[in-house]
Amino acid sequence: MISFARVTKRREGRDVLSAVSARFGRGEITAVVGPSGGGKTTLLRCVVGLDAFDAGEIQACGQSLGPGPAGAQKAALALVRRRVGLVFQAFHLFGHRTALGNVIEAPVHVKRASVALASERGRALLDKVGLGHRASAYPHELSGGEQQRVAIARALAMEPDVLLLDEPTSALDPERTAGLFEILGALREEGKTLVLVTHEMAFAARIADKVVVLHGGEVVEEGAPADVLRAPKDPRTRAFLAV
Amino acid sequence: MSRFVVAAVTWLVLALASLSASAAPERSTLTRVRESGELRWGGDLQGGEPYAYEDPAHPGTIVGFEVDVAAAIARRIGVRARFVQNDWSQLVPSLERGTFDVILNGLEVTRRLSGRGAFSRPYYVFTERLLARKDDPTVDGLASLAGKRVGTLANSLAYEILSGAPAPGPSPVLYEGVEEPYIDLARGRTDAVLLDDIIAARYGERHPELRVVGDIATGTYAVGVSPEDKDLLAAVDAALADSIDTGELERILRKASLWNARQAALRSPASATPEAPKTQPPSMSLSHAVLFLQAAGVTLLVSTLAMGLAVAIGLALAVARAYGPAFLARLAGVYVEIYRGTPVLLQLYLLYYGLASYVRFGAFTAAVIGLGMNYGAYEAEVYRAGIGAVPAGQMDAARALGMSTPLAVRRIVLPQAVRFALPNVTNDFIALLKDSSLVSVITVVELTKQMAITAVDVRSFLLPGLLCAGLYFAMSYPLSRWARGLELRLVRQ
Repeated sequence: MISFARVTKRREGRDVLSAVSARFGRGEITAVVGPSGGGKTTLLRCVVGLDAFDAGEIQACGQSLGPGPAGAQKAALALVRRRVGLVFQAFHLFGHRTALGNVIEAPVHVKRASVALASERGRALLDKVGLGHRASAYPHELSGGEQQRVAIARALAMEPDVLLLDEPTSALDPERTAGLFEILGALREEGKTLVLVTHEMAFAARIADKVVVLHGGEVVEEGAPADVLRAPKDPRTRAFLAV
Repeated sequence: MSRFVVAAVTWLVLALASLSASAAPERSTLTRVRESGELRWGGDLQGGEPYAYEDPAHPGTIVGFEVDVAAAIARRIGVRARFVQNDWSQLVPSLERGTFDVILNGLEVTRRLSGRGAFSRPYYVFTERLLARKDDPTVDGLASLAGKRVGTLANSLAYEILSGAPAPGPSPVLYEGVEEPYIDLARGRTDAVLLDDIIAARYGERHPELRVVGDIATGTYAVGVSPEDKDLLAAVDAALADSIDTGELERILRKASLWNARQAALRSPASATPEAPKTQPPSMSLSHAVLFLQAAGVTLLVSTLAMGLAVAIGLALAVARAYGPAFLARLAGVYVEIYRGTPVLLQLYLLYYGLASYVRFGAFTAAVIGLGMNYGAYEAEVYRAGIGAVPAGQMDAARALGMSTPLAVRRIVLPQAVRFALPNVTNDFIALLKDSSLVSVITVVELTKQMAITAVDVRSFLLPGLLCAGLYFAMSYPLSRWARGLELRLVRQ
């Protein structure tokens, strides 16, 4: 579904991503783990063209993205963004729109759906993430967990095949993490491809089909969670996991 | 709220009262003139050649026939003459304030001014000359001016003639300089100009599009003195009489090419001195209040339209600077710096008179465009700050959802940026409401101009000034209340 081939990104003379190659398979949940500053967020941003990279290639949903600014590959990026949703760590809900307004914004103005149809679908999505009763609340009236679920609903409203989630557990207490677990499980049942960046190993171990360890901009290890997290081979993974 | 207004008005009254108290003369002006060794005479250099104007060959030096007349009078009193610059239409109030000792600047002996200041014997006899366009045969005299726009100077004899004409009379268009009325007439913004023959000969008749219709009245220039200064008036009269008898005045007028047969009348003061009407100055009346309300309407309309334009320009500039290609962003930056860096008064002059040969805006249109373009520069900065206050993540989120940059700017960034900017936008609108008084320089009679005209009319600044201030406040206060309410509502979102 998405694959990285020797993708390198430099920022201020340092490799944020260093010849990263990785595959995120269709219908799988992949957890990208590693210490802070390891390039995890940049990896996600490169997929949807929010960050440009300097070398290598990203294949996403049949489109090929190369190095260089987003403006130069508008058409490919437009297609990728239609099929790949991104849930930011800080959610970035639109502050001047209600929960439902956030969810229908892109369907109405990008996909040109009618407001009535988009609203109907939007309410269904909010129901699905357990927030049907908060549809007319503004972002600042919502808790962190509620904001995250609106952000997920907003991304799903564009009917993506792939959902990227940046640190989805960081704003949640353990109880709510269970709720998120359920939502993501349901999405896998629907056949969505999920890539989530996290440094919460327990969560990754519970949910992921595959784990990729990103350390200092390099993929140092990948494989099934049971293998990577319980019996890491690379010393850097071991140091990070403190096993 | 009401307590605040009472306090503000009380303060204003006290401030004005102390001003007029300090202006009261303690001893005879003539004594003071002799003691200080100088006769201060008030005039307006904007009146231009040949009255009193800057010598083009020696900038900083003032020349003109009135400079010579002032010197002739001062010499006979035994002092030096010193020129004091003052807005022409406000010469009489300034004399009353004691800004200078005498007015000597094309001061026409008019009914309106008689009784307010005392006039010396005349030093010049002029005619009121009517000019019209060559291609417009409909103007052939005062009677033909009914319903037409006629340019003149505020508080002049010509204005008195025009506004005193039987209804439906001409509608006077008031200027502050002598060049502008003829520019506007030539460009078709007015139908005729009625001004003193001296002015018409120098500024009007050289326009090839214009023709002299005729002279419709005679008047005289005299030195204006405060009514209490009887000894100063006597001294000025004696000095003028001597200048006439010795032939010095004739030499002065000949030097300025102003001598003509009419000036013979100067020798017999009785025939040249007008009757001094004994009528009391008019007081503020309901008709004044109606004029004030109309003028306030003009102020509000000009300000609102200009603000609408400023918001549109400001948004376009701010978006160009934040998201446009490099050259557009730089162009927008240049616009902002130029419009912020030069006086709006100058911009209005350039737009209305400077560009008159290329684009012919009406005065009202020019006022709206001029103020709108100027405030657009300030709005651009306000919205730029507003855009900067919207977190970068909002744009990221919009793009990740597939929005193009223009769509994201329009739907996501600007609506939030405008909320951040709203307090400053309100502030600017209130400032604009007051700055709109500047458009009187391009003949739009708005609230402040109406106040100045009425103040000269009723011979007091106090009541018209308070009424004017009250009307400005009545417009700005509800606005700031409304904006505050709107802010609170938006913040709650």
